[in-house]
Amino acid sequence: MAPYLEHAALAGTAIAIAAGLIGYFLVLRSQVFTTDALGHVTYTGAMSGLAFAFNPLLGLFAATVAVAGGFAVLGRRARADDVVIGSAFAWVLGLGALFQRLYTEHHSSGNGRAGATYLFGSIFGISSTQAIVSVFVCGAVCIAMAFISRPLLFASLDEAVAIARGVPVRLLGAGFLIVVGVTCAQAAQAVGALLLLGLISAPAGAAHRLTTRPFVGLALAALIAVFSTWAGLLISYVLPRTPPSFAIIGVATLCYLLTFAWHPNRAAGRGPAHHADATLLPDI
Amino acid sequence: MTIAAAATSGDVTWSWNLLNDVRDMFSYPFMVNAFRAGTIVAIVGAVVGWYMVLRKQTFAGHTLSVAAFPGAAAATLIGVSATAGYFAFCVAAALVIAIASRPSGSRGFSAESAVVGTVQAFVLASGYLFATLYNGLLSGLNNQLFGFTFGITNDQVVTLGAVGVLVLAVLALIGRRLFFASIDVDVADARGVGVRLLGVAFLLVLGAAAAEASQITGALLVFALLVMPAAVAQRVTARPVAGIGLAVLIGIAATWGGLTMAYYTSYPSGFCITTFAFAAFVAVHRVRAGA
Repeated sequence: MAPYLEHAALAGTAIAIAAGLIGYFLVLRSQVFTTDALGHVTYTGAMSGLAFAFNPLLGLFAATVAVAGGFAVLGRRARADDVVIGSAFAWVLGLGALFQRLYTEHHSSGNGRAGATYLFGSIFGISSTQAIVSVFVCGAVCIAMAFISRPLLFASLDEAVAIARGVPVRLLGAGFLIVVGVTCAQAAQAVGALLLLGLISAPAGAAHRLTTRPFVGLALAALIAVFSTWAGLLISYVLPRTPPSFAIIGVATLCYLLTFAWHPNRAAGRGPAHHADATLLPDI
Repeated sequence: MTIAAAATSGDVTWSWNLLNDVRDMFSYPFMVNAFRAGTIVAIVGAVVGWYMVLRKQTFAGHTLSVAAFPGAAAATLIGVSATAGYFAFCVAAALVIAIASRPSGSRGFSAESAVVGTVQAFVLASGYLFATLYNGLLSGLNNQLFGFTFGITNDQVVTLGAVGVLVLAVLALIGRRLFFASIDVDVADARGVGVRLLGVAFLLVLGAAAAEASQITGALLVFALLVMPAAVAQRVTARPVAGIGLAVLIGIAATWGGLTMAYYTSYPSGFCITTFAFAAFVAVHRVRAGA
């Protein structure tokens, strides 16, 4: 196996697991739009790095985590008010366009690609260092999720009861958003700022359709995400004209589509996990 | 591109003689067209956006906006007019979202957000695929994503105007019932308003409006013209007619301000327009928070 393929598979697997896990909660908490916003922030972050001549990955990471932190501070309002999120990220993206212009003006030789790379990812361009960093960061994300998943599940399903039982709901929500920010920053390197939304929402949406049991659902979401990544890498390797990020998102979308065919009567979708709350989470 | 580059490369200067500045700016036909198209898009975007914000469908609106990108890329690839591609993809995406996210009781939303997110990522991925398959992609890619305000032809303005009138006519027809259905779904349903049909019709209108707007600001920044003027207006007044009127005014002001700024500086027009709109949003947010 070519080394670039090894790095892509390694980083891709780690990122897919993390994306599947947080995606399950994002869908459950109806916070997919937040991810959409964070995805766009990664682009502006990377562009700011290029425009002001520091490491674009650093800019990407810092910007995403900072904005996730901002959403967390806004707290309750950030969850409810899509309009604030929408307005903010529409402008952040405009800022990204500006940084890109600044960058291409000052570096005239063949840098039109830079924008596309960060928008749509370049998983085959991941270096061995980046791959190892991805594994560690995504490992940390998974560990964090393992710690907070039970209380977070409780808080997501029934906030009022969770507060009454002494679960620190706001803190959990804020911590979760930071984790989401970190994951988005990683995923942006694999599938790009614009497409990471698919890697997060499609496997999770499919898992929500297939099972009502939360922990099975979490595992399933991660599994589908990993499968999509591997299949996507393979497709892109066999058919070199297909960009890997398209293949990955395509497979994930197909998986989601199949769940509609599989469960036609559940397609009318009572939010599956919501009826499990009373029985599954009595004692936290 | 060359004319636009000449005009935006900074060899024009702002003189504070407003009349002269405006005359100077309008001496270029591409600038006149940019203002015409921008105004049409600002009006349509603000009206449709007002309903979008009211119905809390910002995520769907954003997804439909980005559907313009694969539309343009596919049209370039198979060699038809970009406008046709924009409309085909945006309307198709609206249909997919309408079909896949059938409202289903109180918990419909979380499933819907996964559908919308997946549709969005998939259309963007397809756009990237088309752009990759079409080898001469690079400058084209940037224009499709971030707008090419200064390259609008007369024909495009006419198309924009026609579709804009159509969208506004449909909204005028369903506007009252849509407002009822958006404010209180259950009561509207009980009163025999076709809530579901209205929802689908609105998504189609939103798709058409997004396809329009993306020709001005580029697929990635359309959302600004949809969401920001409407968000400002809804913070200022709860009255529908006043709110829609205000949204239109803000949309036009942001577009004109942004285009002027883009003409006199070297900044991309998408950035300028979103900056003006966002400034209005932040200002209103501050004032309301302070009051």
